[in-house]
Formats: sequence, C-alpha cells, structure tokens
Amino acid sequence: MSGFAGFAVRRTVAAVLTLLALSVIIYVVFYATPGNVAQITCGPRCSPEQVHQVAQQLRLDDPLYLRYWHFLEGIVVGQDYSTGTSVEHCSAPCLGQSYQSDQQVMQIILTKLPVSLSLVIGAMVLWLLLGVGTGILSAWRRGRLSERVLTGITLAGLSTPVFVIGLVLMIVVCGQLELLPFPEYVSFSDDPEQWAWGLLLPWLTLALGEAAYFARLTRASMLETLAEDHIRTFRAYGVGERSIVGRHALRGALAPIIALNANDFGSAVGGAVLIESLFGLPGIGQELVHAVNVVDLPVVVGMVLVIGFFVVLANAVADVLYALADRRVVLT
Amino acid sequence: MSLVQVTDLTVEFGDLRAVDGLSFELAPGAALALVGESGSGKSTVASALLGLHRGTGARVGGSIEVAGTDVRKASDEELRRLRGAKAAMVFQDPLSSLDPYYAIGDQIAEVYRVHTRVSRRVSRARAVEVLDRVGIPDAQRRSRSRPHEFSGGMRQRALIAMALACEPELLIADEPTTALDVTVQAQILDLLHTLREETGMGLLLVTHDVGVAAESVDRVLVMQHGRVVEQGPVAAVLGAPAEAYTRELMAAVPRVDDRRTPSEASDEVVLEATGLRREFGRGKRTFRAVDDVSLTIHRGETLGVVGESGSGKTTLGRMLVGLLEPTAGEVRYDGHARVGVNPAVQMVFQDPVSSLNPRRSVGESIADPLRARGERDEKAIRGRVRELLERVGLEGAHYDRYPHEFSGGQRQRVGIARALAADPRVIVCDEPVSALDVTTQAQVVALLGELQRELGLALVFVAHDLAVVRQVSDRVAVMRGGRIVESGPADEVYDNPQDPYTKQLLAAVPALDPQVAARRRAERRELAAA
Repeated sequence: MSGFAGFAVRRTVAAVLTLLALSVIIYVVFYATPGNVAQITCGPRCSPEQVHQVAQQLRLDDPLYLRYWHFLEGIVVGQDYSTGTSVEHCSAPCLGQSYQSDQQVMQIILTKLPVSLSLVIGAMVLWLLLGVGTGILSAWRRGRLSERVLTGITLAGLSTPVFVIGLVLMIVVCGQLELLPFPEYVSFSDDPEQWAWGLLLPWLTLALGEAAYFARLTRASMLETLAEDHIRTFRAYGVGERSIVGRHALRGALAPIIALNANDFGSAVGGAVLIESLFGLPGIGQELVHAVNVVDLPVVVGMVLVIGFFVVLANAVADVLYALADRRVVLT
Repeated sequence: MSLVQVTDLTVEFGDLRAVDGLSFELAPGAALALVGESGSGKSTVASALLGLHRGTGARVGGSIEVAGTDVRKASDEELRRLRGAKAAMVFQDPLSSLDPYYAIGDQIAEVYRVHTRVSRRVSRARAVEVLDRVGIPDAQRRSRSRPHEFSGGMRQRALIAMALACEPELLIADEPTTALDVTVQAQILDLLHTLREETGMGLLLVTHDVGVAAESVDRVLVMQHGRVVEQGPVAAVLGAPAEAYTRELMAAVPRVDDRRTPSEASDEVVLEATGLRREFGRGKRTFRAVDDVSLTIHRGETLGVVGESGSGKTTLGRMLVGLLEPTAGEVRYDGHARVGVNPAVQMVFQDPVSSLNPRRSVGESIADPLRARGERDEKAIRGRVRELLERVGLEGAHYDRYPHEFSGGQRQRVGIARALAADPRVIVCDEPVSALDVTTQAQVVALLGELQRELGLALVFVAHDLAVVRQVSDRVAVMRGGRIVESGPADEVYDNPQDPYTKQLLAAVPALDPQVAARRRAERRELAAA
C-alpha cells in the first residue's frame, strides 16, 4: 500500500497546485483590469472618500504580486481590516470583504454553501441510483422491448432542459395534484424532515437530467465489457446471466462512472443556477449570478475559488477511487 | 457410450457455412485434436459443443451429445449444468479470458460454487487446491493476485485450474498455447498430459499447430472449409497422410531439424552493430531491454534472431533500422556510423493488419517511401508501385484496393513491397510470419528467399519460432534477457547447442512424430529435474 499512500500524497499536492494556479488567474483577471478597481469594488454609489478607503484597504499602491501575496496570506492566516473607525478581524480562510453588502465574503459563502451541498449531494444519490440502475437494466435487457423503452426515456431525459423538467414537475406535483407544498428551503439542522420534503423536487429535477447521462454511460461501458473475452469464459463455465451482468460487467463499468460523477458533482455545486432560481433556493449559483450582476468583485473571486475547490476536490477523490477500483492503473 | 458424439454438425453465420456436415466421436478419456488453418471452423466446433452459439444468431444443425447431454435440445438450465461441470473449456488468450478486476482464486471459486452450492470458504479452499495442482507456487498467497500480476504461462495454468475445479469428464482446449512462448508451451502441454493421465478426463484440443497436436493426442481430425479432410490415429494421419490437403499442410510445417541450402552470402559487411544497449524508463525503474549486443550482417545472407517474448529481439530490430536510438553503442552501415532512419535499411512488421493504414489504399502505402525520397512524378510512382506489387506476387491492379480487401498473407506481401520501395540493402523482418497460417507462412518465407537471391538483400529475421528461423537463416543468434547467449552458423547452433538456454528452447519445440514427441517430453522432465 506504500505505493498507494505515495500516490494519494502526490495527488493532493497536485490538487493544491491546481488551486494556486486558479487563484492566480482569477486574481489577475479581476484585479488587474483596466479602470478604477477601487470604484468597481466599492460599488457605483460610493463617495470618493469611501473609494479612497477601499483603495487603501486593497493596497492598490502596492505592485500586483504583493497584493496577490497579501490575498493568499488572508486565506491562510486571516487578516485585519480597518474600517476607518474600528479594526475588524477576518479569520482564516479569509476571502476578503464585500463592500457592497458590508459582509465578509466567507460569511456570505458559508450561508449559501449548505443549500448548494444539500441540493447536489441529495441529487447525486438519486442520479446514481436512477442512472446506473437504468443503465444496468438496459444492458441486461439489450435488444428487447424494455430496453428500447428505457433508451427512449433516457433520450428524452437528455434532450429536455432542466427548467422544463422542473417547471412541469412543479406544476403537476405541487399545483395540480397538490402532493407536495411548493419547494422551500429549510435548514437541515432546523428540521430534517422539512428539509427533505422541501428539496425533493429540486433533487428530482437535477437528478433526472443527470441520470440520463449516467444511464447512457453505464449501458455503453457494460455492453463493451459484455463483449470481452472474459465474459465468454464465465458463460462457458455455466455462470448465470444475472451474475455475469451484475458482477462482472458492472465492475468493468465502474471506473468511468466514478470519473463522470466526480466531474458532475464538482460542477453542480456552483453550476445548478437554473434549479436554484427555479425553486428559489438561496444557493451558491444564485449568489454568484447576483454578484456578477452588481460587479461585487471580492464575492465573485471568492466564489469562483470555492467552486474551483470543489471541482478539484471531487476530481482528486475520483482519481483515488479510480485507482482503488482498477488496480491495473499505474500510479504516477 | 462415447463422451462426445457429433453427427452431421452444421453451423451457419448468416450466409457463411462455417461448419459443414461434421461428424466425430470421442471415447471417455481419449484425446482428439481438431487441426486446421484459420477459418477452417475448428473453434466454431469447440464452441458448439458447449452450446455457446445459443442466442448469437448462428444456426446450428445436426446433433451434438456431450457427456450425456443433448446440447441442441437441452434447456438453458441443463446447458448451464453441463458447462464447467461436465465439460470445461480453456481459451486461447489467457489474459483476456480472465476478469481483470477480481482475484484469480475468487474467479475459480465462483465457478466452483455455481456448480456445487458449497460455502464461500470451501469453494475458496478448492480454488487454492486446484491452483496448487496446476503448479502455481505458493498457491494460497497467489490465489489473491489479479490476472495482470500473473505471467502468460501462469494465467494459462490458472485457466486450466478453473477447468479442473469441478472435475469435468471433458476438457476442451481452444488453441491453449498459441499465445505462449515455446518453453512455456511445452510446460502447459506437459501439464495437460499429466492431468489427463491422473484424472482420466477426455481432451478435445483445437489447434492450428500440427506439432502441438502430435504432442498431445491419440487421434487427429484435419479440417478445411468446415469439413473433415481426414481423421484417424495421430501416427497414421501425420505419418502417412491419405489426403492431398493433409500432405500439403504437413509439407508446409517448418521443421526444426531440416537443413537449409545456404544462400550466396559474400564477405562484404553491410550492417554492423557494436555494443548496442537500450534502456527504457528512468531512475530505479530503468529496464535494460537490450544489453551489449554486437553483430555483423553480410551482403546476401540471412541472420536469424530468435528469442522468447521480452528477450529484446524487437528492440534490437528497431535499433538496427534506426527507429529507436540506442542508449549506448553504434550501428554502422557500409562502414560509417549512422544515426536516425536509414532508407537502405527497411523493416517488415509482425502484424500486417495494424502496420498498414486502413484508410489508405495499399498503393498509397507502398508509394510512401518513394515520395519520401522526393519522387514527384505520379506516373513514375504508379509504375514503380505496380512493378513492386507484381514482384511480391500481387497484381498491379491492386493499387487502389484497401488493406481490408486482402488476406493476412497478401497484406504481409504488401508490407514487403513497401519495404522494397526504398531499394534497401538490408531488410529487418520482425516476426513477419507469426500471424500467418503454415501454408501462407511457407509462401511468404519462399518469397523472402527469392527476393534475397535476386536483389542480394541481407535479411535480419527476428522470430520466436525456432523452426521458421532455421528454415531461413544462414547464421543464428539466440537472445535472452537482452543479451545474445549463443550465435553461429545455423546448423551448428541447432545441431550442437552449447548454451543451456538454447538446449532448453530446442527441447521445447513440438515434434511432428508422436514417438519423438514422447521422447522429448521425457527429456524435458529430466532437464526440469536437473
């Protein structure tokens, strides 16, 4: 296992380096733009005095690399802000201050993150169950009527935009059948039951579209495995079809499923904007869109970094799982 | 009652009749070989015995009875009980025939459990037992390995262990040693022989290699185009074939004890390698594929380089052509050191399928070296390519055809034509005939000999097949672990080998005469014991 531990360490280092590179790019893109950065950061309604203060806090007189270093320092050890009258401490990891809403960026993210994670983790469980299940069924029943029906449904899932699925679900389930109240986000710590009921439709909506991709991938990789020679061996030894499909073929399909799942999980944390707006969920995606609209630079930069963190994390986890799933992978 | 009774078997895939009115029987404990070239339908027969064509769209006619089960009429459940329990199959490629994700012991245990309904622990113990039986050292520990951690020979042993798990009455072996080195092949054939002696199971061996059949069975059935050519006791059929096709087949089989009429080699050295070394990888993982190899090649002669997989023979060939840069040492052409590709030294590759671009016509492929040399006149190029096609026994009109329209032997001829296009003086042939049937093999070897005499070519013939190498070579170099362990005139090396490894290789070559085969088997046991 020592080779494996080494691999995990190398993979983590690579993940940190990736995040560093991302932070450099983001910082340069947003803070080295032409125009008055202090004015933009502070917002259109700031007085010249306020703009001057922001410029001091952002240390706009310093060269870019020093400012970036300061920014990094804030993330690692935290930093202090003087608001002119008092000194405010922003503890690590500090992503800076939103002057437009007068809040620390980390605080904003921390209030939004649970919503997004609730949505994505719940939906992920659903899409894996639905997608992989459908994929297994259609690989097993290949060529029969049931497989064609499943393939049809999958294709419909792939080609229907999420907001259509979401709207239809909401109108039918909540409006006409009145089976569920209209979705509303309740924090898990407040009331787990209400949390689940409120998120049920968003979960379904996000999962249905995703599940279609997983169904297709699972079906394709299982059929590929089923055509391989070792499957023929087990058939020739009287092993039943159920065990061949469920044990041997599925095992071969596992690795690509892990890889796709990591990707989709990572990007859904910040990218489920449509679902969040449709169901009125105050998540990361919605906040990001808002911050972009009002050009709240510190918030945009902070959010992009956090979303990037999840994408990188998900991929690192996937690589480790991938190596565990397929021991033939050469660990480098 | 016989163990296998096949009457008037036909198997059709669409319009193709792969097996056509085949009948044979196999007594309990007896051994029969189905021998034939590729496309003769021999593997199709093997699959049909276990009903493996069910559900694939193939149409099966006639009757098949295996160990008391009527395979055509049996229900799926009855068929499942036959497969693995009463009749077990060993496949050709031992790497792809095992599930890469599970431990080998677990895979054998799974098969055992399907048929015996015993506990997981008992079935796991059985797996270790059979692995031990087929000679896997430290079976308890190795049963937890996955297939990629096993060598080719060990994988084939594991597959045989899987076949033995339920003590079947019939073992069907479909080209069980084709993917293996000659020494490993001998070990596996010896293992099958011992197991048959001990368990008394019947053996149906499917092979294209007449020598392998002669080693292993009592009766032979020769197949061509899905029909029986002749069948009978192995000594009679191979010793005194009654049918023309069998005689042709026997004549085409290269023999390791045949002397070759020497070619008109001159003293002029065309290619010389000194102290060639090649390493792959870096640091601790450095692997030395070729280590301090020196050789000379004279005008008009053939140097055979023989070795098993991993011996470095292909790496050496590539360095001679300039496709690989040596880590140390140098290649001298005509007395001058050469770096990089040299048009006068060309290569013919092993796999005629993958070494031709499927999306380009063969004429275009052959024209490549001409264009690379700067020829721009399309008419001249076409003319020269036609000439080359005719020279290698194809038709000039084949210029615009694509590789998939040709058979394996024809594609190899295209490969040779492409090598000739550059007007080379040396051609390095890397396993040029190992993907071909024996009759095609003989034709390609004959073509190479003709070209050599006509054009005064020097040939480096890299191969694992000792008999083929003897057939073509004036001098031979035996490689092992990147080094040349023995070299010299072919007759000397073959008739009076000095190195123990050369002796071992030669003892492993399957003999065509069953009596010689039995004697060699005894010799191998002695060598192994020593």
